This record gives sequence, structure tokens and C-alpha cells, in this order.
Amino acid sequence: MKVLPVGEDALLVEVSSGEEAQALHAELLRRRAEGSLSAREIVPAARTVLLDGLDSPARLAAELTAAELPPAPPRARDVVEIPVRYDGPDLADVAVHWGVPEREVARIHAETEFRVAFCGFAPGFGYLTGLPPRYDVPRRATPRTAVPAGSLALAGPYTGVYPRSSPGGWQLIGTTDAVLWDHARVPAALLSPGTRVRFVPEADA
Amino acid sequence: MTDHALAVVRAGALTTVQDRGRPGHAHLGVPRSGALDRPAADLVNRLAGNPPGAAVLETTLNGCALRPRSTVTVAVAGAPCRVTVDARPVAWGAPVRVPAGALLDVGPAVSGVRTYVGVSGGIAVEPVLGSRSTDLLSGLGPAPLADGTVLPLGRPTGAYACVDVAPQPAPPIELVLRVTLGPRDDWFTREAVRTFVSRAYRVSPASNRIGLRTEGPALERTRPGELPSEGMVLGAVQVPPDGRPVVFLADHPTTGGYPVIAVVHAADLAAAAQAVPGTPVRFVAVRRR
Repeated sequence: MKVLPVGEDALLVEVSSGEEAQALHAELLRRRAEGSLSAREIVPAARTVLLDGLDSPARLAAELTAAELPPAPPRARDVVEIPVRYDGPDLADVAVHWGVPEREVARIHAETEFRVAFCGFAPGFGYLTGLPPRYDVPRRATPRTAVPAGSLALAGPYTGVYPRSSPGGWQLIGTTDAVLWDHARVPAALLSPGTRVRFVPEADA
Repeated sequence: MTDHALAVVRAGALTTVQDRGRPGHAHLGVPRSGALDRPAADLVNRLAGNPPGAAVLETTLNGCALRPRSTVTVAVAGAPCRVTVDARPVAWGAPVRVPAGALLDVGPAVSGVRTYVGVSGGIAVEPVLGSRSTDLLSGLGPAPLADGTVLPLGRPTGAYACVDVAPQPAPPIELVLRVTLGPRDDWFTREAVRTFVSRAYRVSPASNRIGLRTEGPALERTRPGELPSEGMVLGAVQVPPDGRPVVFLADHPTTGGYPVIAVVHAADLAAAAQAVPGTPVRFVAVRRR
């Protein structure tokens, strides 16, 4: 665990894997909930957790540097199920990358349990992990200028769903009618870091 | 719509509703947003008799014109400009009474970029995640003002301040930004770090509420590629592949993959918000307290 100071009142804690980042994130949330950590923002990402708005960053940095990495947290009990149609325009390209027939992409993806590693890019956009590394896919060489809202997409080790229409370079494998982000809803985001997720093909739903 | 409202007669180049933003949601990908020149936004609220978190208008370069439907107290500050009520000059940086139906014209900035307009009662659009701010990156909050927009106003809660003219810092002729190096200064050559804290940059016209872009010597990296996405803070100086530093302002993305060479001190970001394109920029390294 490496602790890097960021400006006047933030710390970036770097670990060596996404799993460690998720465990550290859960531990920091636990500390904030019990009142032993005061931070305005706790932002997990691929290999890091950012702590922003700290009262005494130097003291916390010393404490974290000396600390053991926390064990992986118990998994959240609830699984968010997202109904999907595996009908994306890049399904054939992804099948080629994976070396499987097209319909196998849907089966493999729908049998995987995902977890929201972190959010970013747009409100409610989660970076979901769960697929084995052999299914990593590159981004498209030319990003699309408009990816429709509800597109189910892959890039690198991640799966994501576009909460709203936006430009994007991910490989589109499906579509959902689920509302990923609604600021009038509580909570606004369907997915937040740590959420377990399954994609359910609509015919079976 | 009640009489407590403000009609937009001339929206200007880019006028948005801003308050103190929506911090605390970065883990969901929600930028903090909020007024770029926070001391100026706080000042117009204080002058107009509003609490500090009330929503104000933030204009860009060429002001705006507004017609309140009820008599209000208004204060204009930030980038200096000519202010008139029904074509009659009134004070900038002081409370001004605008009668119901009169035309308040906030002129083009004489210097600086962003003028703030506080109105007694505050702009009372529906808050999103606790804030009325327009976030231009994610699209949260009200749309930028358009000609003909009618904005609801809140009920005035306090008395306006009794001052003739409130002192304010002038927009910067040279923008000096204090920075603390890191967290990713090790991604750059020693020469590049020296260049960054010693050479002159200029404010790029491509700057916006997301970031202050600069023109100047490109910073050379010791390694290619991108970092795995990591959390970003306000004031982070990110260096994209073209090597020109970008200072993250209120609507910055919550995560990013380009290395952050340094972070600008929060107290210097108000001046950054008022630096017109072409303004010389110097980054000055300050040791961490």
C-alpha cells in the first residue's frame, strides 16, 4: 500500500490490484461510518482509492502507510439484476476476440457475476469487473460519436452500461431498458461501488 | 409562475446558475460543480442579503440582461463591468435596488471572465443532489440560460449589506498558481518538472468550466500510455498527451487516466476563473505544509 499526498487535503492510496482497491474502499467506508475517518469524498478507482477533503492528511498518511491491507470484505448480499437483450452491433467483433460463437458471448456474459469496481465517466456509469482476463477486449479503433443510453458495453477488463447517450469507444454487445441514473430517484444511481450485478437475458427474465 | 421570478432578456455567451456545488458524490461519477470564483459568488450573496449557499448567476465575458417581476436587491461582482438599471448606471460591487419590471443590464467584462449576479432570495430552481449548479460536464442541474428563460426566485431571508463598494481582487494580469507537486510527478522527466515550475505558460482560449487549458512548453514524460483510471481533485494539473498542463476546475471529471503532475492551491482557483485567454501563467512549487 503506497500513500501519495495530493494537494493540500487529499491522499491517493495505491494498491496492486482491483480486488485490493475494493477491499480498501470497503474498509475506508467502514471507518467513515463509525466516525474514525473524516473525508468529504472516498473515490475508488482501478488500483487506487482517493480520499479528499481530509482534516489531517499527514497523520492519516502515516497511519495508512503502517497499516495492513484489510481482508476482502464480505460480499454484499443483494444482487442487482439488469434485464438485457444481447443485440449490440459489436457482438460479432467481441465473439472474434473471445474466439467463441456469437451466442456464446451472451451465455458467458450472462453467467458471470459482476461487481461495480468504481464509477466515473458520467453520473451512474459503473466500471464492472468479473469476466476472466482472457475476455478482455480493446476499445474500438474509432469511437462512436453517439452511443445510445442503455447500451451494454465492454472495454479492457470492464463491462458498463451507458446511463445516457454520449460519445464512446466501448464495444456494444447489448441493450437494457433499466434506468441507470435518475436524479429524482433515491438513490439516483442504480449502481455504486461494491454493488453485485447480474445481467439477465430478457427472454429468461 | 409566481411574481417572484426573473426573466432573462439577454442570456449572454454562457450564463449558468451556480451555488456551492454538489460535493460528496464523486464516487458515483458526479462532478462537484459550483461557482468557479467562489469568493465573488459569496460576496454577491452577502451584498444581496442571501445566505452563502444561495444560487447566483455566473456570466462569461459578455454579461446578461434580466428583468425581475418583483422588486429585488441585486449585487454584481467578480469580473468588473458596467451595470445599468433601465439604462441608468448603477454600482458594481454593491447592493442595487431593481424595481419590478425594470431592466438590469450586466455589461461585458472590462477585465476578467466571469461576473456574478446575486438576487435577493436566490435563484430557486429545483436542486439536483442538493445543488442548483449547472454542471457542464455531466449535464446535471438547470440548462444554461437562454433568452426568454424565466427563473424562479426564493423569498428574501436577510437584509442587504450596507456598503458603498466592497473591496475585491482585480482579475489577474499574470496568473500565479501555487502548486504542490504530485501525485504523479514521477511520470515526468526532471527537466519537465523544472520546465513546469519555471517557464511561462499562457491561458488557452479552449479553457472552460471543466479546465483551464494552457499553451506553452510541452512536458516530456518518462513513460508512455495512461494510468489506470484514478480519482481526480479540484485543482489537479493533468497533463494530456500533448504535454500542455490543464488545471481542473469545478466541472472536472471525477476520475481520469492522464498523470497529475501537481495540484493548485484551492485559494488560487478564483483567480484562475478570472484569467482571460492569453494571460501569462506561472506555476510556483510550494512545499507541503
